[in-house]
Amino acid sequence: MEKQSDLLLDIQHLHTGYRLQGKFYDAADDVNLTLKRDEILAIVGESGCGKSTIAASIIGLYDHKNTKVTGDILYNELNLVGLNESLFNKIRGDKIGMIFQDPLASLNPLMRVGDQVAETLYYHTDMDEKQRHERVIELFNQVGMPRPEEMYRMYPHELSGGLRQRVVIAMAIACKPEIIIADEPTTALDVTIQAQILDLLEDIQRESHSGIILITHDLGVVAETADEVAVMYAGQIVEKADVKTVFSHPLHPYTRSLLNSMPQSDDEEQDLHVIQGTVPSLKNMPREGDRFAARIPWIPESEHEADPKVHEVEPGHWVRCTCWKNFHFQEEASGE
Amino acid sequence: MSEEIIQIKDLKVHYPIRSGFWNRITDYVRAVDGVSFSINEGETYGLIGESGSGKSTTGKAIVGVEKATGGEILYKGVDITKASNRRKLNYNKDVQMIFQDSMSSLNPRKRIEDIIAEPIRNFENLTTDQERDRVQELLDIVGMPSDAIYKYPHEFSGGQRQRIGVARAVATNPKLIVADEPTSALDLSVQAQVLNFMKHIQQQYGIGYLFISHDLGVVKHMSENLAIMHRGRLVEIGSRDEIYKHPVHIYTKRLLSAIPQVDVDQREAHKKHREAVEKEFQENQSKWYDKDGRVYPLQKIAPNHFVALPADEAEAAKVREAKEKERS
Repeated sequence: MEKQSDLLLDIQHLHTGYRLQGKFYDAADDVNLTLKRDEILAIVGESGCGKSTIAASIIGLYDHKNTKVTGDILYNELNLVGLNESLFNKIRGDKIGMIFQDPLASLNPLMRVGDQVAETLYYHTDMDEKQRHERVIELFNQVGMPRPEEMYRMYPHELSGGLRQRVVIAMAIACKPEIIIADEPTTALDVTIQAQILDLLEDIQRESHSGIILITHDLGVVAETADEVAVMYAGQIVEKADVKTVFSHPLHPYTRSLLNSMPQSDDEEQDLHVIQGTVPSLKNMPREGDRFAARIPWIPESEHEADPKVHEVEPGHWVRCTCWKNFHFQEEASGE
Repeated sequence: MSEEIIQIKDLKVHYPIRSGFWNRITDYVRAVDGVSFSINEGETYGLIGESGSGKSTTGKAIVGVEKATGGEILYKGVDITKASNRRKLNYNKDVQMIFQDSMSSLNPRKRIEDIIAEPIRNFENLTTDQERDRVQELLDIVGMPSDAIYKYPHEFSGGQRQRIGVARAVATNPKLIVADEPTSALDLSVQAQVLNFMKHIQQQYGIGYLFISHDLGVVKHMSENLAIMHRGRLVEIGSRDEIYKHPVHIYTKRLLSAIPQVDVDQREAHKKHREAVEKEFQENQSKWYDKDGRVYPLQKIAPNHFVALPADEAEAAKVREAKEKERS
């Protein structure tokens, strides 16, 4: 058993709803997750499944008027849900670092990149200007930027996509946060740069022993970096296990379908697996019964639970609903 | 068995850089700098490269959206970089394009019927009823419901919009479709759907594709032959098996090693391999690129496998390749 202090983040019964025409619709529905020290937790899912909503809920970056967050997000006994803004400002950037998908959009185009990283230090530490400068240079070295002194004086548009993402990472780790949330950190980058950035994240973690929440839609990225994986569909976590289990014997129909639709197989002549239908929009999401049932209509209704719960199938392996037990792909004979 | 449908010979697209008081042309950005390959009838030809490698510019030059500054594009043996030849051959009807971003490539103010019918109206004389039947037929091919014709692009999801883009490209019965990253904005399961439709259409109508992508997994699934592009030039071309199983150029190896693998047990080994390749790439630049950083001309090292190498290296590579094949 790990020590209590290894637990960094404990999310329980998180509901995040957005207001649409006067009514709140849950984009994240009853999410339970934990993040430990030295762990990379990957949240995978297609667009609209609520994975970024979880990130926004954790660091409190949502429109308070039109968003309703209930449940608990415990960070060291401190509940981040409903925390007041001034306290949050102290935690954000200091204890929790955030890396966004589009580095160009998360950097100020009118400010030198070095000063932007130093700004974080200005708010969260009592370093003087010289110390801040030195720390930024140190950070630039750490994230593998060539000629850091020169880079300090550059503007975002002068840097390539990979370097920009490195600046954003430097900003996120400037105050040595315990938790790093990376929301699709490599989606906008080429594969070779993606590999470098993922390696960098692993290196940072090895040094700082922080916990990383990696939000992505790319199963390859998950297989390469994650320790724990949570698969999301329509606002709910449908399967959660360590990375080996998820890829070697996935159980939930959605995870299995998703893995099947990857163009990775050596049999090029075969059609790719297609999941029938479409992901329901937030407003039309079925609120009762198994949300994935509509995508696998050949499975009889009796296989699904009326109110699907998450079950621990084996130690550490959680699956929602019971329909996985007799699940088969449509192509396969149902007699199996 | 199949014939070449289009041949690209030493294609160049250069953009002038103007500077100084008189705004004279001082240099050129060599976006595409001497690219040659050919596509057979009914095949999918993959063109892979990272951002800025010139792959999209190549695609645009083939369709004629971008003007070629040098080289030839031969269609039925005639150079179509000249607009008059394009018209004579009905080239603009025979070659169509699918774009990456379906939201910005479909007119938001037009209904689906008008979007898909536009190329038909340009090239064919059909009555209103015939035209409507044809649009219905096209929607049917890409698996869209028939009431879609009265809707507008924003009423559809990304995957559906991309399928409308495919239907529009197929409308004129083209011989070749240039697909520029058709699925990179889509989710995995939706991507599978669009790729399947593209394959079915190809089998049914014998359309050739130039499939431009940065995703090596998708290209592997789709194409028989492929080319890898870097710095505006081709570094390696060949059949799928040759490139994926016996990559020769360091850049190809680097790209292949950077694809994330789903095999969790091999994670460490894969990472080591990637680091080794990356090290070789950084250290042996001079071996693979000439002193201006340009990619060497392509040399044949096996039937259906060409690699950009200095002339003296090519012989050695040929021998190595043959040996490697014997062993496997």
